[in-house]
Amino acid sequence: MSAVDHTTSEQHGTSAPEGPDTPEVVFRTLGVTKVYDTGEVQVHALAGVDLTLFSGELTVLLGPSGSGKSTLLNILGGLDHVTNGRVWFGDTELTDLSDRGLTRYRRDHVGFVFQFYNLVPSLTARENVQLVTDIAPDPMPAHEALELVGLGHRMDHFPSEMSGGEQQRVAIARAIAKRPRILLCDEPTGALDSSTGVQVLEALRQINERFGTTTVVITHNAEIQRMAHRVIFFQDGQISETRVNETRIAPSEIVW
Amino acid sequence: MRAIDRKLLRDFKRLWIQAAAIAIVMACGVAILLTSVGMYNALSETRAAYYERNRFAEVFVHARRAPQSILSEVAAIDGVLQIEARITGYAVLDIPGRIESGMGHIISLPEYGDPLLNQPLLYSGRFPDPSSRDEILVNVPFAEANNLSQGSTVSATLNGRKRELTIVGTALSPEFIYTIGPGSLMPDNETFGVLWMPHVATAAAFDMTGAFNDLSLVLTHNARTEPVIDALDDLLEPFGGLGAHDRSRQISEAFLDAELSQLKGMAMVVPPIFFAIAAFLVSMVMGRIIALERSEIGLLKAVGYSNVEVCLHYLMLAVLIGAAGVVVGWVAGFALARTTALQYAKFFDFPYVIFQVSYWIYAAAALAGLLTTSLGAARSALKAANLDPAIAMQPPAPPRFKRTIIDRIIDGMRLSQPTIMIFRSLLRWPVRSAMTSLGLAFSVATVIATSYITDAMDEIVDVAFYLSNRQDAMVLFSEDVPESAVEDVLDLPGVLVAEGQQFHAAILRNGHLEKHVSIEARHPDADLSRVVDADKRVLTAPPGGVLLATRLAEQIDAQVGDVIEAEFLTGKRETFDLTVVGLTTQHIGLGAYMDQDYLNRLFRQEPRVSTVNIEIDENRLPELHRAIKDTPEISGLIEMNDNRRSFEETIDQNVSVMNGIYIVVAILITIGVAYNGARIQLSERSRELASLRILGFGRGEVSYILVGETMFLAVLAQPAGWLIGTWIASAMTSGFTSDLYAIPLVLTPRSFALGSLVVLIAAFASAMVVRRRLDRLNLVEVMKTRE
Repeated sequence: MSAVDHTTSEQHGTSAPEGPDTPEVVFRTLGVTKVYDTGEVQVHALAGVDLTLFSGELTVLLGPSGSGKSTLLNILGGLDHVTNGRVWFGDTELTDLSDRGLTRYRRDHVGFVFQFYNLVPSLTARENVQLVTDIAPDPMPAHEALELVGLGHRMDHFPSEMSGGEQQRVAIARAIAKRPRILLCDEPTGALDSSTGVQVLEALRQINERFGTTTVVITHNAEIQRMAHRVIFFQDGQISETRVNETRIAPSEIVW
Repeated sequence: MRAIDRKLLRDFKRLWIQAAAIAIVMACGVAILLTSVGMYNALSETRAAYYERNRFAEVFVHARRAPQSILSEVAAIDGVLQIEARITGYAVLDIPGRIESGMGHIISLPEYGDPLLNQPLLYSGRFPDPSSRDEILVNVPFAEANNLSQGSTVSATLNGRKRELTIVGTALSPEFIYTIGPGSLMPDNETFGVLWMPHVATAAAFDMTGAFNDLSLVLTHNARTEPVIDALDDLLEPFGGLGAHDRSRQISEAFLDAELSQLKGMAMVVPPIFFAIAAFLVSMVMGRIIALERSEIGLLKAVGYSNVEVCLHYLMLAVLIGAAGVVVGWVAGFALARTTALQYAKFFDFPYVIFQVSYWIYAAAALAGLLTTSLGAARSALKAANLDPAIAMQPPAPPRFKRTIIDRIIDGMRLSQPTIMIFRSLLRWPVRSAMTSLGLAFSVATVIATSYITDAMDEIVDVAFYLSNRQDAMVLFSEDVPESAVEDVLDLPGVLVAEGQQFHAAILRNGHLEKHVSIEARHPDADLSRVVDADKRVLTAPPGGVLLATRLAEQIDAQVGDVIEAEFLTGKRETFDLTVVGLTTQHIGLGAYMDQDYLNRLFRQEPRVSTVNIEIDENRLPELHRAIKDTPEISGLIEMNDNRRSFEETIDQNVSVMNGIYIVVAILITIGVAYNGARIQLSERSRELASLRILGFGRGEVSYILVGETMFLAVLAQPAGWLIGTWIASAMTSGFTSDLYAIPLVLTPRSFALGSLVVLIAAFASAMVVRRRLDRLNLVEVMKTRE
């Protein structure tokens, strides 16, 4: 049932924090299942996931298509509801929140980065970021967020005038501009070639290190796991393995 | 400005052509609402002010000759506040510079002081000197039409005596806002004028010293009209009273009122149709936008925008479209209302027009417009609000096509793939297809419903002038004359045929229902003026009864065979029981017809005539006019050709303006519906169409799918449009029916063809404009994008 303690390289306490140095728990899930009812068949996207994520960690979720990574990410981000089980964000139980509560949670705490960037084509880079800074409680200025991802000079360009890598970095700027506690990235490099992908990963690492933002990255790309603090493997809606990296490499060393 | 609002403005800018197409339909509704309500208010407020300021009377009665001594009794009737007795009559006018004779309505001015009631409003010059015998005041339109000014003279044959009259001033009067002469259908200011004369001179001219024949009254604030009318009728009965009536039967007021109720009807019926079409277009466009922006909606929610904010964001887009329509509608409505006001000014003689469209009408039109577009967008906006963010971020499931019985039929028809694609898409979105078709059907109906008026008017002219009243002119006498006068008229130069006719004012009663009418009596062999029914059959009133117009019969609930009571107010003023011997459908007036010999027998009198209808040798017209001007017994000559000319001219002008406006409106609706439909289709199908191009289909073949679907819906809209058009036309027919006239429902193939042609061409043009975008489609880009 429990998948969290499947540690192969090194045992990493997850059930309870140990000692004063143990980082704060950000997410905790208990027996989470998700069943999609398509009418004819029932698809078990998640089949009992127990997981704990810690503050400031960069976690990579790996696994084949349909293994449940995106479903879990959506649930953690307050975009989707569980079928069974419980999810906590700090002391708040997400599974208890109403739609309004989830909206508030996303607005205040969560930043998203998607595979297809999901920029609003009719807004410039700066305006796309402002979409978030307009409603967040304590945002950074839009230009600052864009400078963080190295796009200070492209602020007034429309998405159609930018490369894929640039668009994804705008999406990251948009996600971090609210100073979120957590950054959820679904295949952020999926649509990018290797060199632009590296730029994007570099931006993610920087954010993680500089602000201590808890970051979860879904990827198909096994190479990317080497930059993570922790790697969680998914298989058939369950966690098959969790691994903690002793040594991490810089994104620039990753090639695919 | 918030980024989400900036997105809103950019979306609006990007969609501007579609938005404009919708906004214009909305603008039509707003403009028509403003025009009809604005005109209605302007006319009714102007009328109210004019009536109030110039003391327009409330009760009117005409008598043969009543002594002034009874005026104190009239004033003593309970509820009477003010009275004014006058002498009125008709005169043949010899207008300088005109060959044809004109006709004057003579009205006396009080002996002392200004008129108390129905006060003429002096426009130029002065009132005549009360002691003068030849000074007159004339109505402005008559003076203008004949280039008469202060100092001009007109000679008039008053009660058999020819007199030179000098114009000392011009005026307008609340009694003659719609200035129409006796027996006319339309105002003709060249040949009909109102002449105000000093009392003494008028009394002398009409042998009315110490007497009067026309009485106007104003009642106290709370007085009821009916008892006053009854008391007046009793008092005037011995003096040839023709039946007192309130304003509703005052001829100028009756026409004005009929016009006002038409405007009111238009304000209530037409704008809602436009608003409904605009709402449908908004719902269609918004539905597509929401489908296209699925992932953006998901994103907005993912980053924390609430359902309400997302819903409002899309509603605001609709509101912007609505607002654009409202603003254009305001401007167009203001201009249109002014144009219409000028058009009305030609018809109605107001000294001033209080044209002031109040702010609340603008506000109400705006509210209606914005509410409509919001309503149209509501479903889509709610859908956006309810979209689950996790699902919204994924591409939508491809539309489900299921095989149905219709597919089997399509298979059986062995259609080409592109044609099958057209049919499948229509069947996949049946409601949208049906609504698009319905929108186009309304365009067809709009053209039919206005173009039918032309045919209806032609029909009226045809029946009234070419079948029914075929005489060239009517000779009027100051009172009924022995039938031998017909021979005298025949002796006048240029008169080829002369036929006598009697007119009697009467009250027809059936049970508690009654109606004031004019009974026409003629010989069965009369050929110039005949009774013609709606089927263009010539009818004769058989002896032994009365033939009634259907609308009259309905009003007094009489059927063939019923015996009704007829109280004659002229002639011997006797009351008879008459059998209804037939009914006839007629367009103008509420006619009642009798056999002349039968009427003479009833009255136990020698044959008499009120008018003589004549056919004239055109070449000898000047001679005839000279003779008539010098024949004292004749009080007037109504030239039917003048009448026809002015009727046809007026109708032509108005109808062609209206037709023009509504054809433009129909084109705008068609563009709104067809353009938006094709754009949405292109947006939904761009991948599909690009795939076909990649597979080797030519531009023409691919356009066929796009244009074909639009045109298929447009063709489908035709029968529905014809039906709706027929229905609107018949609703208008019953709406326009009044005591004065009924518009026949004449639907010709021409109207249907015109409606169809206008809409098919506009729809084709709209689809072709969208087709041009197809040429610019970037095949690679389209295939690469998600969705």
